[in-house]
Amino acid sequence: MNNDHWQPSATLETLKKRAAMLAQIRNFFSLRNVLEVDVPVLSQAAVCDPFIDSLTVEYRSFPEDTVQHYYLQSSPEYAMKRLLAAGSGCIYQMSKVFRNGEVGSRHNPEFTMLEWYRLGLDDQALMDEVAALVRCITGIEQFQRFSYRQLFLHYLEIDINTASDEQLAAKMREEVEVSGDYDRDGWLNLLMSHCIEPQLSGAVFVYHYPASQSALARLTTDEDGISVAARFELFIDGVELANGYHELTDAVEQGKRFAADQQLRAGLGLPQRPLELRLVKALEQGLPDCAGVALGVDRLLMLALAKTQIAEVLPFDFSRA
Amino acid sequence: MSYSANQLKNGLKVMIDGDPCSMQQVEFVKPGKGQAFTRVKMRNLLTGRVWERTFKSNESLEAADVMERDMEYLYTDGDMFHFMVPVTFEQYAVEEKAVGDAIKWLKDNTVCIITLWNDRAIVVTPPNFVELEVTETDPGLKGDTAQGGSKPATMSTGAVVRVPLFIEQGELLRIDTRTGEYVSRAAKA
Repeated sequence: MNNDHWQPSATLETLKKRAAMLAQIRNFFSLRNVLEVDVPVLSQAAVCDPFIDSLTVEYRSFPEDTVQHYYLQSSPEYAMKRLLAAGSGCIYQMSKVFRNGEVGSRHNPEFTMLEWYRLGLDDQALMDEVAALVRCITGIEQFQRFSYRQLFLHYLEIDINTASDEQLAAKMREEVEVSGDYDRDGWLNLLMSHCIEPQLSGAVFVYHYPASQSALARLTTDEDGISVAARFELFIDGVELANGYHELTDAVEQGKRFAADQQLRAGLGLPQRPLELRLVKALEQGLPDCAGVALGVDRLLMLALAKTQIAEVLPFDFSRA
Repeated sequence: MSYSANQLKNGLKVMIDGDPCSMQQVEFVKPGKGQAFTRVKMRNLLTGRVWERTFKSNESLEAADVMERDMEYLYTDGDMFHFMVPVTFEQYAVEEKAVGDAIKWLKDNTVCIITLWNDRAIVVTPPNFVELEVTETDPGLKGDTAQGGSKPATMSTGAVVRVPLFIEQGELLRIDTRTGEYVSRAAKA
């Protein structure tokens, strides 16, 4: 611990702007009759996504008691969907979430996430609302939309519908030296983050992710009849800002995806943690047709204030926490 | 000892393909959904090559046994350059290749930073500022101390530096070794 670092990492002027922005966001949803909720960020279940590591917390009924493990949530998604299945209607949450090991110029292990769900909207319609919110905070007017496939065709002249894994790997190694080997999604992620994102300028929505990267989005078919995920992301000047889905409502499919993720975790030697089976139960009860999105609030503020380090918009970044 | 790629930070020395390398710029890359990468710009300490490579964040990298020590330059025997650790009087013979560009600034007793890998000297970093005597330059223009105009001057070590027109042969000058530029006149000892 560095005791000299008692001072904040953001200026007080920035913190005032931060407070104003949080108020502006709450106002945005209040005007649209979206209910604010604050579901727990400490839960008995952990995220199943193999590439997100939850922080584990030791709970005891009394100090000498045996430990029960709880997990700091990496997103309020599971609990919010349980609320939706219980009939909450449109909801949003703006709260701290936690991701182990994620430290960098744009990552802090504890950060503020804005997540919201809209009944009756699909991914394309929710993109309009994301654009409206970002416009209201940053003043950005123009938002482009590209499908994941269009993006690869345009920037790398690769058709992901026909390119082999080897061709993706060869293209990547041509651009940047890479050690180790990856599966298809690994190569796609590398190409996306190293070769495409740095070229994206302004606000760009990317939609129709490969079906293999659907996470909790439902599947749909694109104009060529290929199965794709009803998932989108928003990048601003190459920075990933938001990730949204036309939500999967099929309980059986949800159960299968959890099991597949757990198996992938086992294969990679990653910790096996309790799955959120109450989400599957909620989906059995019935999740209304809805679209949902998560947006990084600290990054939004970085954009609005033209800051390059997440530390500059946090009262105390991880190194001073 | 080893590190995982996500423990890398600027200045850390690790073995890459058998050579000691110094990390110069480390970037954590994490797609929202997808595995984390560590993108690194690094310098091969033996060849000086600077390049980028992306690692899986959990990839293991062997630490390089590299340390830096202050040493005083003693002399060259024409083949090797000899340095001494002031406190212990330990001496190290350094190859010309490792001395590199620092050769331009070396005079007796200059304290340099010597990078040792497995106790072998591989890089010589001169002090940021050195004071050297002008051994050859065109005669100074009296009174021309205003801005504008420079001329080449050869220093006692053989380095050629652009200096203002008023500088005379025999003067002692302060030079920034990082840019190779004249800073000011230095007081004679």
